[in-house]
Parts: sequence; structure tokens; C-alpha cells
Amino acid sequence: MPSLKDLKNRIESVKSTRKITKAMQMVAAAKLRRAQEAAEMARPYAEKMNDVMGGLAASVGDAEGAPKLLSGTGSDQIHLLVVMTSERGLCGGFNSSIVRLARTKAQTLLAEGKSLKILTVGKKGREQLKRDYEDQMIAHIDLSDVKRIGYANAADIASDVLGRFDGEEFDVATIFYNRFESVIAQVPTEQQVIPAVFEASEDEGGTLYDYEPSEEAVLEDLLPRGVATQIFTALLENAASEQGARMTAMDNATRNAGEMIDKLTIEFNRSRQAVITNELIEIISGAEAL
Amino acid sequence: MADMMQFDLVSPERRLASVEASAVQIPGADGDMTAMADHAPTITTLRPGVVTADAASGPMQFAVTGGFADVSGPATTILAERAVPLDEVTADWIGELIAEAEAKRDAAEGPAADLATKQVADLMALRDQASV
Repeated sequence: MPSLKDLKNRIESVKSTRKITKAMQMVAAAKLRRAQEAAEMARPYAEKMNDVMGGLAASVGDAEGAPKLLSGTGSDQIHLLVVMTSERGLCGGFNSSIVRLARTKAQTLLAEGKSLKILTVGKKGREQLKRDYEDQMIAHIDLSDVKRIGYANAADIASDVLGRFDGEEFDVATIFYNRFESVIAQVPTEQQVIPAVFEASEDEGGTLYDYEPSEEAVLEDLLPRGVATQIFTALLENAASEQGARMTAMDNATRNAGEMIDKLTIEFNRSRQAVITNELIEIISGAEAL
Repeated sequence: MADMMQFDLVSPERRLASVEASAVQIPGADGDMTAMADHAPTITTLRPGVVTADAASGPMQFAVTGGFADVSGPATTILAERAVPLDEVTADWIGELIAEAEAKRDAAEGPAADLATKQVADLMALRDQASV
């Protein structure tokens, strides 16, 4: 049985933990709003990009000499997994769920006899993947100094990936991130970016476009941009998801701390009562003995 | 009054303009063009330059560094890589871009170097236009 003083210290420490988690939750809520706004602002660009690319891809399609980014290298032997996680912990199952998805994919690929390369964005994913796949990890991109994710960050990652693709280091690239559904639901998602896959839009085919300088040149210019845009969208979704996950995790932690304080307070009061009762018994039995 | 069309200018990070405009001047990769309502559907890539829109509320000017424009009958949409209202362009911002492009030019060879040289020239022209 812990002494009264121990209990009192314990309660104090849980109380300060609760204060911290509460503060973290509020900070996450504020950051979440900003992240969501950023994701929303980026949406029109990504949507338009997808539309135009979808139309272009459909018309150039499988034609001879289509850019490799669209048609692929003709093989799917070497896979690049781009795993995007957060730089910081204390956000519930956010990182683990991405890593789990990536790991499943890696196992499937290895079982099929494909080779594997892993590029990580964000420290937490690297730490978790290092245990099993240290030999396959080719690069890491650190975003811990970045306060607000900008298109430039995505462009950097994209140019790294595209440089490796031009160097024939891999055939297929897939990105892993958490899609933001709501504050309590983030969906780990895998998305193939190279060769490019586009959702066909419904109204295409109706309009015939003129292309300047030429269809091929426009496509050549657009495809790398498309990759960067997809990565940018993924980064933003990830940032919003991270804050959402952190908010939920910290909300739970705050509630748990509250419950714990209640429990400890009851225990504290009982012990105090017991001590008083004990003293009374001692006094009374001492008086009776006289 | 000329027919109006919808004009949108978006960069990856935000939407800069969404207005009704009667004409939009676009710095296309193959030369400037002006899009008006009911223009033939065209997609063109952009060179660094100034986009001018004759909006109902007055002319609007933006410096863009690249990207592409989607011109169709009822609407013109410009997806710019980077875009800034022309009067917010600073000498630092454009100087940085020029330095970046020059570094790329010096590293490139063959046809890529020609493209990079053009990029530098376009950026310098943009700087003159912005008069910073």
C-alpha cells in the first residue's frame, strides 16, 4: 500500500500529464484546421490537372513512343515504395498503419520474386521499416525543418523520384500515405504514381483540344508535374491526417488521465480515512487500557 | 461589352483568381496568345511571363513561372507552377528564380541547355516587365 505522500505525488504528476496532453490536443486541433485549409486550397489544381492529364493520356494512350512515365518501362521487376509518415510521434496509430500497409505490400512483392527499393519521407516510418528492410532503403527525405508543407517540398521529392526513374533504378513507383477522411478516420492508402494512372473523367472525349506546342510536348511537360502534384496532395492529406490522429490520441490520453486522477483521489481519500481511523482506534484502546 | 468567360488561375497551393473576364493574355510556350470567350479548345504550356486578364472589375496581372493553360469555350483555366500578383513580385523572388535557372543552364548540355537558356531569358524579360 503506497503511503499518502506517494499517492499525492502521483496525483500531481498525472495532473500535469493531463495538462500537457490537453495542450497538445488543442495545438493539434489548430494545426488540423490549417492543414485542412491547405488541402482544400490545393484541390482545384489537382483536380484540373487530373482532368487534363486523363484526357491527354486517353488520346495518346498506348501509341508507339508514348512517354515512359505513362506507358511504363515494359517491366515491373523493380518496385519503389515511397512511404510517407510523420516526423513526430504521439499521434496514435498514424504511422504504424502506413507502415503496416507498406510492409504487407513489400512482403507480397518479395514473395513474387520482385526486387524492392524503399524511399522514406518522415522519420517515424524510417525507424519502423529499418528493422526489416534496412538493405532495401535507398534514401530518406527529412521534412522535420519544414513548418508548412509547400509545393516546393513535393517538387523536390518528385524530382528525386523522377531522377531515379530516368536512371532506370526502378520500374514502378507507389506512394503510401494516410488519406484524411475525418478527425477520427484516416485511411492508409497506396497509390501508384509511375507509370501514371488516371481516373478517366466522364466528359472527356467530347471536346477536341488543340495542343501547343504539340500533344507529345505538352504531355512530356505535364507528366512530371502530375507526379509532383500527386505527391503534394499526398503530403497535404498526410499532414491533415497526422494532426487528426494526434488530436484523437491526445483526447483519449486526456480522458484517461482524468479517470486515473479520479481513481487515485478516491484511493487517497480512503487511505487518509484509514489512517485517521487507525489513530482513533489507537487512542481509544489506549484510553481503555488505563 | 464583349462576351465574358470564366477565368481561373490556380497554383498548387492556392487559387489566385476566379473571376469573369472578357480576355486573357497568356504567355504560351510558342508565343503569346489571347483567349476570349468561345475560343477554340486549346491546351498550351506556359513560359515565364505575365498573365493579363481583363476582368469585369478591372485588369489583373500575374507573374507566372510555368505551367499550362486550358482554354475552352466558356472558361480559361491557368495552372501555374508558381504565380504571384504582378505588383507583389519582388526583386529577391525573381532573382532567386533566375539564379536557379542559370544554375540549371550551366549544368545542362545539348538541347536541354538551349531550353534552359530560353528559360533564363524569359525570366529576365519577366523581371523587366515587373520593373523591379
